[in-house]
Amino acid sequence: MKAIWDPRIQEWFRRILILSWLPGFLILSASATEPVRIGSKKFTESYVLAEIAKETLSDAGISAEHRQGMGGTIILWEALCGGQIDAYPEYTGTLVQEILKRSDRMHGPFITNELRKLGIAMTKPLGFSNTWALVMRRNRANELGIRTISDLQKHPELKMGLTHEFLDRQDGWQSLVVAYRLSLQNVVGIDHALGYDALRSGQIDVKDAYSTDAKIEQYQLVVLEDDQKFFPRYDAVFLYRLSLDENAIALLRGLEGKIDEPTMTQLNAEAERTKDYAQAAGLYFGSSTKSTSFFGETRPHKLARWISRHLELAGFSLLLSIIVGVPLGIWASRGGAIGHVILAFAGIVQTIPSLALLALLVPLPFFGISVTTAIAALFLYGLLPIVRNTATGLQDIPRALRESAIALGLNPAARLWQIYLPMASRSILAGIKTSAVINVGTATLAALIGAGGLGEPILSGLNLNDHATILQGAIPAAVLALLVQSFFDLLDRVLIPKGLRL
Amino acid sequence: MSALVQLVGVSKAFGDAPAVHGLDLSIDGGKTTVLIGPSGCGKSTLLRLIIGLLEPDGGQIRFNGTELRADKIDIVRRRVGYVIQEGGLFPHLTTRGNVLLMGRHLARDEKEMYARLSELCALTRFPESLLDRYPLELSGGQRQRVSLMRALMLSPELLLLDEPLGALDPLVRAALQKDLKEIFARLQQTVLLVTHDLAEAAYLGDQIVLMNEGRIVQQGSIADLRERPASNFVCDFINAQRGLVAI
Repeated sequence: MKAIWDPRIQEWFRRILILSWLPGFLILSASATEPVRIGSKKFTESYVLAEIAKETLSDAGISAEHRQGMGGTIILWEALCGGQIDAYPEYTGTLVQEILKRSDRMHGPFITNELRKLGIAMTKPLGFSNTWALVMRRNRANELGIRTISDLQKHPELKMGLTHEFLDRQDGWQSLVVAYRLSLQNVVGIDHALGYDALRSGQIDVKDAYSTDAKIEQYQLVVLEDDQKFFPRYDAVFLYRLSLDENAIALLRGLEGKIDEPTMTQLNAEAERTKDYAQAAGLYFGSSTKSTSFFGETRPHKLARWISRHLELAGFSLLLSIIVGVPLGIWASRGGAIGHVILAFAGIVQTIPSLALLALLVPLPFFGISVTTAIAALFLYGLLPIVRNTATGLQDIPRALRESAIALGLNPAARLWQIYLPMASRSILAGIKTSAVINVGTATLAALIGAGGLGEPILSGLNLNDHATILQGAIPAAVLALLVQSFFDLLDRVLIPKGLRL
Repeated sequence: MSALVQLVGVSKAFGDAPAVHGLDLSIDGGKTTVLIGPSGCGKSTLLRLIIGLLEPDGGQIRFNGTELRADKIDIVRRRVGYVIQEGGLFPHLTTRGNVLLMGRHLARDEKEMYARLSELCALTRFPESLLDRYPLELSGGQRQRVSLMRALMLSPELLLLDEPLGALDPLVRAALQKDLKEIFARLQQTVLLVTHDLAEAAYLGDQIVLMNEGRIVQQGSIADLRERPASNFVCDFINAQRGLVAI
């Protein structure tokens, strides 16, 4: 899992997503019978707000689901425009600068108008502002005499650990550097939650933060004063589709002005303490008795849900890989130009990092942020071992035996089914086994695009920087991979003809 | 005497290297014709042309008077048995599975096939108790017997054998030569056998066809070749192999 979270890959993932963003893409309307789908960005506050929205709706009898931690702003916005989600929590500053690409301060009615053109609307502020901020360890800041962002000019040697989103955003780092005329040498991209650990242990000196982050208090950090008033206001709001059910809209709007800054900070702290977003959201509703009915999903039940989704992702994709891969392998085994093209194609797909493959599929019509996309990516990923092993297995059949089958007078279909495929079965099954094990491992990435599975706890754990939560996903995923391996080892005994196992 | 197979001006080249040059040959029914010659003389190529594993570049091959055509080749193949050096048995099928493969493919009556199988076991001296074994569990000689059973299963009009005993040790080889001779005689089988061993050719063949560099150098009985050699090559070939006998 380590390599997948390499900051460079993450950055590439983001770049690809930004490049592939086309406004107005994937216009599909949500069907009325389906539950209201609420998205969230990959950080605690967004998770908690989405849970609050989900529970508010569920309480009123409207079925709702939370698509957890779908990634950054662009993915969420695109999913909202495309109708794959119905609502998600957003911040006004992000909306204006990053989504609508306006640097000037816009008036409310104008924003509403712009959004309406896209079939989207916005609630009034929920009651708190979560602006970007730069934070440092208190004692380090005191030592260097840094109080404001301008003070950073005097310390170009400081190590900056910034989130990829902050580094890339128009209203983020690049503009900040210009506004404050900073010339800092050491800037690295790092995951938000991991960055807090790096900051605490002194590996970095400064990081970006959200002003309601619970860690600011917990780790004794100081927020550097934005003396040039660079950061705009980031009032939390819900964005939702205009096509959403009226009652659901009314309920979302009911949250306007209800969550103030101390409340949000407290909810964030609760989420990080309990590692349970739903429970933190429950705190908002104030009633602890409620929590049992709300958060009825016990740990074993959750684990069962993750595993069954995980198997669904890996299983369906493997099935597709077999259905498509074996015939392609048979075709490729006949050599010639087509054979080379097939093997080259499968090879190229395999060289695309799995994370990038997911990201590449997201902007395509029909795919988007869904289980389908995850299955499609895993299917493509699982293709090469099956195609290559089928082709090699068939090509390795000695010429004399091939010719014996022909000379007997068996027709081509009988030769393939009765002679060639059984003789290549060991190699073909080895290819399928490889694909299966790869798929079980790679399926953990599906959570990045909201497709669930055992990647869900891994992603939340990473987000919370909580190893126990990461292991809740990582251990079952590893065990699953081993079980799949053993299952296929058993299958070998059934499917490989005895005569070949002597 | 009727010619079961007739080759008229048959040529085949691999790239620039000709393997068979405008070759004429008649294979008589009910007799054993042995193709002999040094490695690369084109004798195996000739067999592969007859069974349709290769297509001739020129000339005609007639089976029972009808020209071999690509679209009808499978029908001819089912009337021809083909045995190769290593047996060509399919390792994933048992002995029984190998022998019955074609009959099952053609949906022949199972009972009749089993009767035929017993008959063939007796004929080839293959113990019926070994029918459930896989090829890898058999000795080289046993494998060749199974391969012969498979070739004879559908009572073929023509039996093609390409160095069938080439990979066996001398004792097994001698035993099989004796058995083959008996079997061919009992079945009055039309046989075309390829070997590079003159003694084997002399022992099994009614008619010997000596080839060199893609051409037939001489054909006739072993006595013809020995006593009336058509060229120096025939003398050299016969003398080279007689060396050991003279010791």
